[in-house]
Amino acid sequence: MKTFPIGGVHPSDNKQWSKGSAIEIMELPDVVNIPLAQHIGAPATAIVKKGDKVVVGQLIAEATGFMSANIHAPISGTVTAVDLQPNGQGLRQMMITIKREDDIWDEAIDRSETLVSECNLEPKAIIEKIKAAGIVGMGGATFPTHVKLSIPEGKKAEILIINGVECEPYLTSDYRTMLERGEQLIVGTRILMRAIGVTNAVIGVEANKPDAVAHLQKIVGTATDIKVQMLKTQYPQGGEKQLIAAVTGRQVPAPPALPIDVGAVVCNASTAVAVYEAVQKNKPLIERVVTVTGAAVAQPKNLLTRFGTPVEALIAKCGGLAEGDVKVINGGPMMGRALSNIAMPVMKGCSGITIMVGQMAKRGVESPCIKCAKCVEACPMGLEPYLLSKQARKKAWDAMEANDITSCIECGCCQFTCPANIPLLDFVRLGKQTVMGIIRARNMKK
Amino acid sequence: MANRFFVSPAPHAHSDYSTSRLMGDVVIALLPALVVSVRVFGWSVLAVTAVSIASCVLLEFLVQKYLVKGPVTVNNLSAVVTGLLLAMNLPANIPLWIVVIGAIVAIGVAKMPFGGLGKNIFNPALAARVFLLIAYPVQMTSFPTPSVEGFTDAYSGATMLGAAKGHLVDFASFDVAGMFTGAIGGSFGEVSALALLLGFAYLLMRRVITWHIPVAVLGTMAVFATIFAGIRFEDPSMHLLFPLFHLLAGGAMLGAIFMATDYVTSPMTTKGMVIYGIGIGAITMCIRLWGAYPEGMSFAILIMNSVVPLINKYVKPKRFGAVK
Repeated sequence: MKTFPIGGVHPSDNKQWSKGSAIEIMELPDVVNIPLAQHIGAPATAIVKKGDKVVVGQLIAEATGFMSANIHAPISGTVTAVDLQPNGQGLRQMMITIKREDDIWDEAIDRSETLVSECNLEPKAIIEKIKAAGIVGMGGATFPTHVKLSIPEGKKAEILIINGVECEPYLTSDYRTMLERGEQLIVGTRILMRAIGVTNAVIGVEANKPDAVAHLQKIVGTATDIKVQMLKTQYPQGGEKQLIAAVTGRQVPAPPALPIDVGAVVCNASTAVAVYEAVQKNKPLIERVVTVTGAAVAQPKNLLTRFGTPVEALIAKCGGLAEGDVKVINGGPMMGRALSNIAMPVMKGCSGITIMVGQMAKRGVESPCIKCAKCVEACPMGLEPYLLSKQARKKAWDAMEANDITSCIECGCCQFTCPANIPLLDFVRLGKQTVMGIIRARNMKK
Repeated sequence: MANRFFVSPAPHAHSDYSTSRLMGDVVIALLPALVVSVRVFGWSVLAVTAVSIASCVLLEFLVQKYLVKGPVTVNNLSAVVTGLLLAMNLPANIPLWIVVIGAIVAIGVAKMPFGGLGKNIFNPALAARVFLLIAYPVQMTSFPTPSVEGFTDAYSGATMLGAAKGHLVDFASFDVAGMFTGAIGGSFGEVSALALLLGFAYLLMRRVITWHIPVAVLGTMAVFATIFAGIRFEDPSMHLLFPLFHLLAGGAMLGAIFMATDYVTSPMTTKGMVIYGIGIGAITMCIRLWGAYPEGMSFAILIMNSVVPLINKYVKPKRFGAVK
């Protein structure tokens, strides 16, 4: 079975708790906080002020420049504040607060369930609609989708890859979306193909989701433009570079090279559904499926949630938090961010809330490196995590740069596998950020 | 709310690996060889093993508690592995006081002064074995003749390699089956190739080690011996028997599977592991064929141990997306 060429680990996927739960619609919150920075790039600029009335789908914050994304009202009501509010890590950041009144939608949005397959728009017009809808990568990276689809001068896209891998343990939001929104996903895929001018697409799905593969294959039928490709269950199969290598055999070179340099454009499965809704139904990105799961969650669920809904409301809907030591993770256990503030609003990149309790909430005790080489074996980028973390502790930034630290994708395989519980990625991440800063400063001088 | 929220950067999940689990797996992998040794050489094997393990663990405990005054980490089982491997590199009838001296060299000289687990350059068990070989050559090379009944007679026989060195062996008649199952003389851990291979399979299955080092060591030895036999012997049956003899005799299996693969003293990349393994195989064969000692595995591993930092510095893994 196809897979990526180097490294990787096999964490228990733990999807059993939530995979059987069909997508449920989360109750509308009474108040939402909408952060202006929900994507990579510049935060959006608020265009509403306190006292304004808004309807669902109305633009409330505009993209600031090219690398940014629009933000729309997820509920109807009155704007009560545009101010600093604590985010998931407790840091204050600009958010628009809306108090809900009823659920009134922008009239331009087609809320019917009818599938609209036909799309004759020009590529430019498609990208314009995606940009207007504020769509960003929904797998967690939140890269603005219109930027990804705008192929730079001199480059040519050859293949579209839809990322339905969902290699992150526990999470099932893409899985449920593929099963329940498969038709929309396939139309979205064809729209994306049209936008970047390619004639073939591959939907990559990990082997632990055979029913999703079969379902999508059934929808595609005998059409040859889209291929549903089953991939080996191995983390990080859904890493952009890993997925491209698994599907096409081509390896994206080290940064600053991009997937387009090997002719590939990758979009997440849920993103493709959002693209369908934006282009065919005029529906901006205002909600998403969020998996709430964990061994101690009473009723794990996949909830279609409006942005701005507090995470604690989702947790309460799934049976609440067990007493004692917990770790609430925005995302999955491999790459998610631990929350200190569970009042954090659900955002565009929030694919799941994973809850760890007891011993699972804590890190193991660090012991000396025994040079077992498991981190080197596990690294999907062919780096030497033991060496990089040692160099970061010594602040040997030049040496780290020479050892290709900027290629690190922060997947966490090294730290996951380390028998000595060394926080390898903490140091590697620190070193990567420092070295990237040094490189930026050097390029500015030139 | 009665919750304590834990916060840390990702990843928030961890594999089943731990230092003590990996070390425990090495101990389990050595058990078949230990059982065969007891069967072949009798209960003295257990006495040597017990004294060796107890001295290594106790010494590490004492050094950590009273000399370094740091945390005591004997429960990670690394000293147990060192003790067990040291014992398996000794003759079954060695005086127990020599075993204690071996433990002192292993833990007190080769391991702890370098900074303890993970910091030592040389394999502690091998450093101790070589020390004992030079300091107590008589006791270290008087191997009891194996007895399949479980008794050991007082006569000290030569090992297969020792005999081959003195050209006493009629190569065509040596006992391949015996070398596999353990009916040969030698340090007690090295007598049965079959038991050691069983341990190898277990280590691979549990993903404790990869195949690279053992295969590189044994493969190099086989190639080396085949070429040598091709030049040296006219009898074509020797072309197969001679390499087989070298793979089964002496510490080849024990060294390749358990000693050369010691994490701390072996390279970090698969390419490096192969280079290291080839070096060990080649040096071993040079010593066996042209050196003063009948067996060269220990020396070969120690020599290559000293090259490991250099290998780690220059042999890099293949980076993802590297331009060819």
